[in-house]
Amino acid sequence: MTTSVSFPTGSIERLEGRALVMSGDDIDTDRIIPARFLKSISFEGLGEQVFADDRKELGGAHPFDRPEHRGAQILMANRNFGCGSSREHAPQALMRWGIRAIVAESYAEIFFGNCLALGIPCFTASHQVVLDLQQAASVDPMTEFLLEVATGQIQRTGPEPGPAWNLELPSGVRQMLLSGQWDATGQLVAHDDELRATAARLPYVNGFQVA
Amino acid sequence: MSTGTLYDKVWDLHRVAELPGGATQLFIGLHLIHEVTTPQAFDGLRDLGLSVRHPERTVATVDHIVPTTSQARPFADPLAEQMLATLERNCAEHGITLHGLGSGRQGIVHVIAPELGLTQPGMTVACGDSHTSTHGAFGAIAFGIGTSQVRDVLAAQSLALSKLKVRRIWVDGRLSAGVYAKDLVLHIIRTLGVKGGVGFAYEFAGPAIEALSMEERMTLCNMAIEGGARCGYVNPDATTFGYLKGRLAAPDGEAWERAVAWWSTLASGPDAHFDDEVRFDAATLAPTVTWGITPGQGIAVDETVPTLEQTEPNERPIAEEAYRYMDLKPGTPIAGLPVDVCFIGSCTNGRLSDLQAAALVAKGRHVAPGIKAFVVPGSEQVAAAAEAEGLDEVFKEAGFEWREPGCSMCLAMNPDRLEGRQISASSSNRNFKGRQGSASGRTLLMSPAMVAAAAVTGRVSDVRQLLAP
Repeated sequence: MTTSVSFPTGSIERLEGRALVMSGDDIDTDRIIPARFLKSISFEGLGEQVFADDRKELGGAHPFDRPEHRGAQILMANRNFGCGSSREHAPQALMRWGIRAIVAESYAEIFFGNCLALGIPCFTASHQVVLDLQQAASVDPMTEFLLEVATGQIQRTGPEPGPAWNLELPSGVRQMLLSGQWDATGQLVAHDDELRATAARLPYVNGFQVA
Repeated sequence: MSTGTLYDKVWDLHRVAELPGGATQLFIGLHLIHEVTTPQAFDGLRDLGLSVRHPERTVATVDHIVPTTSQARPFADPLAEQMLATLERNCAEHGITLHGLGSGRQGIVHVIAPELGLTQPGMTVACGDSHTSTHGAFGAIAFGIGTSQVRDVLAAQSLALSKLKVRRIWVDGRLSAGVYAKDLVLHIIRTLGVKGGVGFAYEFAGPAIEALSMEERMTLCNMAIEGGARCGYVNPDATTFGYLKGRLAAPDGEAWERAVAWWSTLASGPDAHFDDEVRFDAATLAPTVTWGITPGQGIAVDETVPTLEQTEPNERPIAEEAYRYMDLKPGTPIAGLPVDVCFIGSCTNGRLSDLQAAALVAKGRHVAPGIKAFVVPGSEQVAAAAEAEGLDEVFKEAGFEWREPGCSMCLAMNPDRLEGRQISASSSNRNFKGRQGSASGRTLLMSPAMVAAAAVTGRVSDVRQLLAP
């Protein structure tokens, strides 16, 4: 299913929502979105195809199919999530399904950067914190979490909020999300004078006239 | 923090600005594009009202979706046709060179850029494909990017990046006969793990690396990403310069002399400091084959599928998943495992020397009954060079199909794919579940010569026994 919720824009300060768990290390981008779904000139419709083969195999029992996870916004994963291909179709598929933040022990770098470019923060946490969070989300899928980008803390909301867990995010990434400048294009284009100066000193641009 | 490495030198030279968020804006010297990861980037550019900042620094080809049987237009698959037509339109609109089908220069993006002399030492190279690490073989800093970043490079010829740490992978000794760069890199990934390189650039150095040809270095750097390292590189040397001399986009005349002088200053110096160093010995390596569902699940061809007891505790869950998916029992010898399909090609191993190594095994033998075996040259230039020396005939006489260039069954975005639970012996780079086009298909990664050995014997076989005089 695809949510009708709008995609991230502007400053990303906090997220409130339910979580779903994808257990296991090294979940690769071919699993998140099999290559046959890349045969399109747009990203539309990818939300329905997220984890297509895994879901078919599990016949409705996959976390992305279970009714109690409908509308969940936080994905909780383990180590090296998103390894493999550079295809942005992977975070696009997750985002278009409804995911707005990920908590995992670690990520593949290209995947991490692709998520940031879409305004989806990828928090890391220790093995134990991830297990605790996955446990909390699994025991009661209706558990609502509040995730604060500024503090990197996540906790259960409701009458019994429970303890806050500490998550990590590189400070630069945190600033970019909070300031709404996670989409770098504008900043890059603004430095055109510096770009010219850099190009001018590159030997392979200037005919190998090394100063 | 590394200092004095090639990575540091190239990084410093390409710095445009420090961005408020702490990232560095880095100039991109060469931007390679293809039909899969760019249509949305061009749309994004249009949405922002921007044009391509340096169209002369972007080069396009078509590789992922092209059929390898008939490449006549329009393609039978309307979606594939639409993707290529969109790329053609975008390139025409923005003044970008497209090396299209039949141009004599088309092929897998990571094969054509080196052979056209576009990839050069000291450059930064980006492409919307994770195997962009391939270009590090020339002493370039080369890495894969997503579609939003493709848009950024189109718009600003630069990217917002954070610097990586540098791990030197020092390899002593020499590879023995029948053991190739593919075996070396599968062994490195097996040892350091598929997550071991996250946060690092890998510098491959040492006597074994210096002895590798450029094509072997490309195979090695190509799979750095499978070990988690976004880029891998080899310091440029006489082998690098010899490969580049005379190529289409390489400098010539006096500029060539100046280029070599500059390129010669780029290698990591004797005082370079690395964030980490590991050592391997090439002489002890055997042909390596993956048995599982990550490129790190590799073993020597004379080993058995590892048991849980032989597996690091952290890696046991994925080993158990692999036993189930591959239908392999721990303790089973990998040699002798029957295969169904044999694929020689890809950006990892679709170059002339790869085809030569496979042809040496195929020559005078025949594909075993019931086995589908096919060879997909990495580019039109590779195909022409192979045909000029009769390799196509060697393969065809041996019962292999000789196809047109493209990515083909590495990721099965074209009609080449596994069916059902077929097992492939594949010279490609990923053995992920479902990678080769069937949700239950199984992949064994190995060198092209090992794939040829599997094709003629019908099972995983030690190519050294077939090469023996």
